[in-house]
Amino acid sequence: MKALIVGEYRNGETLECTYELIAFAKKLGAETAMFMVGGQDDPPKYDGKLYMADSAKYGEVNPDVHTKLLLDVAHQENPDYVILSHSSYGWDLAPRISFDLKAGQVSEVVDIDDGSFVLPAFNGKLHRKVTSKTGITVVTVQSGSLNMTEQPSGTPEMTLVGGEDIETGMEFTGYEEVESAGADLTKADVIVSAGRGIGKQDNISVIQELADAIGGELAATRPVVDAGWTDHSRQVGTSGQTVSPKLYVACGISGAIQHLAGMKKSEFIVAINTDIDAPIGEVADVFVVADIKQFAPALSAKLKRA
Amino acid sequence: MEILVCVKQVPDMESKFNIDTSGTWYDETDLAYRMNEYDEFAVEQAVLVKEKLRGDTSVADTSVTVLSIGPERVKDVIKKALSMGCDRGVHIKDEQYQARDPMENASIIASFAKDKGFDLIFTGLQSQDRGSAQTGIIVARVLEMRCVTTVVGFELENDVITAKRELDGGLKAGFRTRTPAVITCQMGLNKPRYPTLPNIIKAKKKELTTIEADTMATAERMVETDALFHPEKKGAGLVLEGEINDQADKLISILREKTGVIK
Ligand SMILES: Cc1cc2nc3c(=O)[nH]c(=O)nc-3n(C[C@H](O)[C@H](O)[C@H](O)COP(=O)(O)OP(=O)(O)OC[C@H]3O[C@@H](n4cnc5c(N)ncnc54)[C@H](O)[C@@H]3O)c2cc1C
Repeated sequence: MKALIVGEYRNGETLECTYELIAFAKKLGAETAMFMVGGQDDPPKYDGKLYMADSAKYGEVNPDVHTKLLLDVAHQENPDYVILSHSSYGWDLAPRISFDLKAGQVSEVVDIDDGSFVLPAFNGKLHRKVTSKTGITVVTVQSGSLNMTEQPSGTPEMTLVGGEDIETGMEFTGYEEVESAGADLTKADVIVSAGRGIGKQDNISVIQELADAIGGELAATRPVVDAGWTDHSRQVGTSGQTVSPKLYVACGISGAIQHLAGMKKSEFIVAINTDIDAPIGEVADVFVVADIKQFAPALSAKLKRA
Repeated sequence: MEILVCVKQVPDMESKFNIDTSGTWYDETDLAYRMNEYDEFAVEQAVLVKEKLRGDTSVADTSVTVLSIGPERVKDVIKKALSMGCDRGVHIKDEQYQARDPMENASIIASFAKDKGFDLIFTGLQSQDRGSAQTGIIVARVLEMRCVTTVVGFELENDVITAKRELDGGLKAGFRTRTPAVITCQMGLNKPRYPTLPNIIKAKKKELTTIEADTMATAERMVETDALFHPEKKGAGLVLEGEINDQADKLISILREKTGVIK
């Protein structure tokens, strides 16, 4: 069995998820080769064959160009699996190549079960087990779902690919960094975080009051930030900040994978939610089944009295 | 300009899900359904483009078609999109919706769209039920259109698209491309409007056509669902139920005991 791993490179560095993919391929029991559009002077730590295209020439994120380069290598290697990370880079590239390879694609894999793949469904409330029926299967792997035990090591046997110009109908015009001004949640000991379950913007004050009563910082989920109920600097998750306070209080937060990735390393997690099946329960030390609009004021009052 | 928006109907994610006897789907009895959250941004963006081009005499009339695949009930989300400002609806009636994989759905959309000359196709980044994030991209591949995914910023000037694609950790990448293109929409792209009562009434008079999925060219199924199940609750914590004041008292004593943050 053979797997072609697609490494990731951004702002001049190999991304950590590349190493998770190596571990994933190992768990599948596959021999591996790797493809990457990156920097040849600074290849990933990897013992195996690496097909390297130059990101200085082809750009780090141009989908048309990367599709063409990757397809050429896939045709040459003829793998059983092409493995990408379920990242913005991977979920963009994977369907483009699976279409051409006539490959079934399984997305956001969190586990392998006897030749089948386990994927989250319904915002993480359920799981789905699927089997691909095609000769080649394209897989995107959810970051953080595997316990990485080994430190990355090794020196690849590098083959440079590409060289010719590749036509693209898409022009990359540059990166835009997040504004870093605002709250720095990474230093807070206590974070009280508001999700869409708080109902409306006015209720932010109820959550802020609870944060004040415990002596913590206010944070929020993405929909709360997108709706303009609080600022982006308070967003926790894959497209916000990653935090690990002593106490994280999740108020009306479902616990989507992208939110969990930003807070599951907190030392102690309290969830307050009306839905006992909400996936936040998977990481919560205490799960309070209650309406946050009633529970938060009651808790604040008691803490202030204490 | 011709615009297509693809929307999916999904169950309310706060529902209690029970797995049905097939073991690969859930019991649909009494569930509430909604428009897939990501698709609301797609509908809004299509309507924004139409509103911007209205009055621009250099372009022919802009028309927005909204399409959804699924059983009879998915007409509700088509009607919602019509009341948000789409012009006509297409319901692709499909009784195999529980088993379809993204390649099949994309092939159905593409076989509808192929001879209609759409300049822009908007879809959600992914659906909340399956979350594959594949369908829009495959539609673009089949129709040989350009495709920008995970879009959080969109401008159109003549046929030039300036789009912001979200990468990880909040980093964004700017792209310039041209129509015809498929755009997959991420949360926060815009602020989806709520349909007003007059617009809901107006929407009732808009055209809504039904096509049977069986009559359309469809790709072969490549990925099969073996099982749908509740994940095992790993390190499941303590659950506090009951009266609010009791819950609060218990929580405070646990926090005192287990964390150093409350005196
Ligand atoms: C590429 C990408 C990046 C993302 N990045 C992030 C990110 O950085 N951060 C992030 O948070 N999300 C992110 N998301 C979005 C994420 O997938 C979820 O949509 C989001 O986290 C859900 O936010 P929520 O829990 O507030 O809302 P919902 O999922 O709507 O959950 C609301 C919860 O409140 C509960 N509730 C309802 N009423 C009450 C009540 N009265 N009392 C108590 N509980 C109640 C419900 O049971 C439910 O569990 C990202 C998504 C994508 C695709």
